[in-house]
Amino acid sequence: MPDLKTNCAGIKSPNPFWLASAPPANSGAQIQRAFDHGWGGAVWKTLGTPIQNVSSRFGGVNYGGKKNIGFNNIELITDRPLDVNFREIYETKQKYPDHAIIASLMVDSKAEWKDFIKRAIDSGADGLELNFGCPHGMCERGMGSAVGQEPKVNEEITSWAVEYSTVPVLAKLTPNVGDIVKHGLASQRGGAHGVSLINTIKSIIGVDIDTFVAKPVVGNRSSNGGYCGAAVRPIALHMVAALSRDEEFNLPISGIGGITDWRDAVEFLLLGASSVQVCTEVMLRGYRIVEDMIEGLENYMREHQFETLDQMIGKAVPSYSAWGELDMNFETVAKIDAKSCIGCQLCVTACHDGAHQCIDPNEDPMIRVPVVDESECVGCNLCQIVCPVDGCISMVEVLNGFAPASWNEHVTAGATLRPKKGAH
Amino acid sequence: MSKLPADRTESAFEDYKAPYTTNQAMVEANRCLYCVDAPCIKACPTSINIPEFIRKIATHNVEGSAKTIFDSNILGMSCARVCPVEVLCVGDCVYNEMDVPPIQIGRLQRYSTDLAFEKGWRYYEAGESTGKSVGLVGGGPASLAAAHELRRLGHACTIYDKNDILGGLNTNGVAPYKMKADRSLEEVAWILEIGGIDVQSGVTVGKDISWEDIEAKHDAIFIGIGLGPDKFLKATGEDLNGVHGAVEWIDNMKLGPVNLSHVKHALVIGGGNTAMDCVRELCGLGIENVHMVYRGDESRMSGYAHEWSAAKQLGAKAIWSALPLAYEGGGAVKTAKLQLLDGERKPIPGDVIEVQADLVLLAVGQSKLGDSLHHLDGIKTDWGRLVVDENQALGRKGWFAGGDASNGAKEVVNAAAEGKVAANSIDRYLKGGH
Repeated sequence: MPDLKTNCAGIKSPNPFWLASAPPANSGAQIQRAFDHGWGGAVWKTLGTPIQNVSSRFGGVNYGGKKNIGFNNIELITDRPLDVNFREIYETKQKYPDHAIIASLMVDSKAEWKDFIKRAIDSGADGLELNFGCPHGMCERGMGSAVGQEPKVNEEITSWAVEYSTVPVLAKLTPNVGDIVKHGLASQRGGAHGVSLINTIKSIIGVDIDTFVAKPVVGNRSSNGGYCGAAVRPIALHMVAALSRDEEFNLPISGIGGITDWRDAVEFLLLGASSVQVCTEVMLRGYRIVEDMIEGLENYMREHQFETLDQMIGKAVPSYSAWGELDMNFETVAKIDAKSCIGCQLCVTACHDGAHQCIDPNEDPMIRVPVVDESECVGCNLCQIVCPVDGCISMVEVLNGFAPASWNEHVTAGATLRPKKGAH
Repeated sequence: MSKLPADRTESAFEDYKAPYTTNQAMVEANRCLYCVDAPCIKACPTSINIPEFIRKIATHNVEGSAKTIFDSNILGMSCARVCPVEVLCVGDCVYNEMDVPPIQIGRLQRYSTDLAFEKGWRYYEAGESTGKSVGLVGGGPASLAAAHELRRLGHACTIYDKNDILGGLNTNGVAPYKMKADRSLEEVAWILEIGGIDVQSGVTVGKDISWEDIEAKHDAIFIGIGLGPDKFLKATGEDLNGVHGAVEWIDNMKLGPVNLSHVKHALVIGGGNTAMDCVRELCGLGIENVHMVYRGDESRMSGYAHEWSAAKQLGAKAIWSALPLAYEGGGAVKTAKLQLLDGERKPIPGDVIEVQADLVLLAVGQSKLGDSLHHLDGIKTDWGRLVVDENQALGRKGWFAGGDASNGAKEVVNAAAEGKVAANSIDRYLKGGH
């Protein structure tokens, strides 16, 4: 049986699945219930000076009949009394000594940071997460993403936290920046033991087109919120990978952003995360999703003969390179399996209107299987992406006789590139 | 275990509900709403966590999906095919409330469990030996479910079955367009792979070995003997060739060849689900005129509406409010005289019709076997049905029962559920409680 034991920046848990700092981690009762379902850790809903929230707070993006592929919120940090929160951290830790409890913190002055850190550690928190990410509400008060967007402020506050803390410190980074690496390095300079990312993306989830008010609606107004859910995963994966492959950056990463099932979690682990955090899918489906996440990860590890998480963490990082390092002479063309083709011809219109006009309807109108002009096919794989039948369209490598050559090798050393296709 | 002959008449049938391809399963699984405290779970006698196993298909964790099914019901593979899902889980899917087609839970369950069989995924091991032994009489779904659970709990098991193959009605009774005998035997073998289940085939308890001897040999007894022979109606001519009990005829059709070359007109007497199966089977085997003869009208028959609707699509017809009086013919049945009945099922004087019939199947119930145990102190019966309590315990110390013998005649999934409940009751009993 593979071992899921997790150590992210010195914070240990029975498995890599943590609740992110968010509504599902708002109280001791909730987190204890989550632990009973199998969650390995929880980042407590951010503690700071308790705030007051608005109604409503959430919005969802539906697409093609699927609800909530993206999600946003304008909820702020904890609105519960601090002494209650700290007492519940203590009680939860007493009941679940092997599970990770991380206190997420967001305050303003150095004195406040010192005070909150002491109280969190006194309560038994295994680690701290500095909320430098929240892109709504709190940033208007000079906290959250207002900190995360300024490397100098990030570094300074991180250094305070590290100075006052006796437990590992994670800096939670905001994706609302140009280059995430600069901000990860700022936390590293500040002495952080690890980073967690991404926090939510600044967003307007939609507009009520009849009342002319953006969503979510608060009376007759709205405000930008933080975007999350399955739709943000590609952005999160990139930011995790960008830090993982940076030569200077060397901190452990807790991966967050659009994780809905075990496969999503595996993607984050392969790109260098050593734990993962989940919020939206729990909000939509409940703590119970973790059973499948644990089981799926174990089956995956067995299948790939990984005995521990360390053997898989970062396994996909080396394959992530600059565009200029890709092999320009690698060539593929689309092949359509006539047997599994259902004749929808979505590939035809995608290729005609969205790509290189090399997939045509069959000349015989009685045959619905389209025909690929391989001499014109650029191997973009748009057809495969739109095809509703898995395995019907495959991208097959063409052995064109050209030695591998990247653009950089072409520019610097004159490496020979194959003739362009479809460029006329 | 003896092999099945190749020339079984049942081989002519295709699956009524074809197995899902991966594409079909993914589309359907992703439609499931993953309800909480789901009505489909409550409708399942074995309480399979249906939304969870479906979500695991959607996340490509089919190995875990099948485990979720088997954790609740070790006969999940056969139940996926034979359960009347229309009146159980599928019938209670919340999509019905939206007038949206309900999730095809049976077909998804078949997808996961078939893959588990194909890939050879194993989930369960026998528990550490307790030194206790349980005798299980009858080798059908109830006993198989009980024996598997008892093995997980560490008790040795011996199954006694009067036939030379196990599986009970799953093997010799299920309509072949739902499941054929060979698939049932594959499931039997899969269940027996847990080890430690001794199978005594061809042994009729009460004849070849006494009930008392069985009791002396084991620390606890489970009775899963099902039902007895088909009932007849005492119409004249029931001894003619071509007049058969339905269950006996189905058994012959599933386990060997039956000759139908001379049959143009078939009558099935009865209005329950065995009658439905016979009608659909005869239509499927190409008999031109298949009539169901039922003493009430359509609204009163006990067969499922979805079964009768499928039978009608195959061309079956019904003669409502009629009762056979006599079968006639020289040696073999040629015609049947039917007495027509009024709305209160009373004969209408003088209203007798004659219909052609070169095959008559009587599907009017089976005898109950409980009375064969009646001489044993503590065993109570109700019209031949063994009376059990909520733990599936009989009135005799250490004796338990499940399946058709005690529930009267329900589905395979009920037998599986009762077998598992009984196994856990037996475990408590053997550990000193009760």
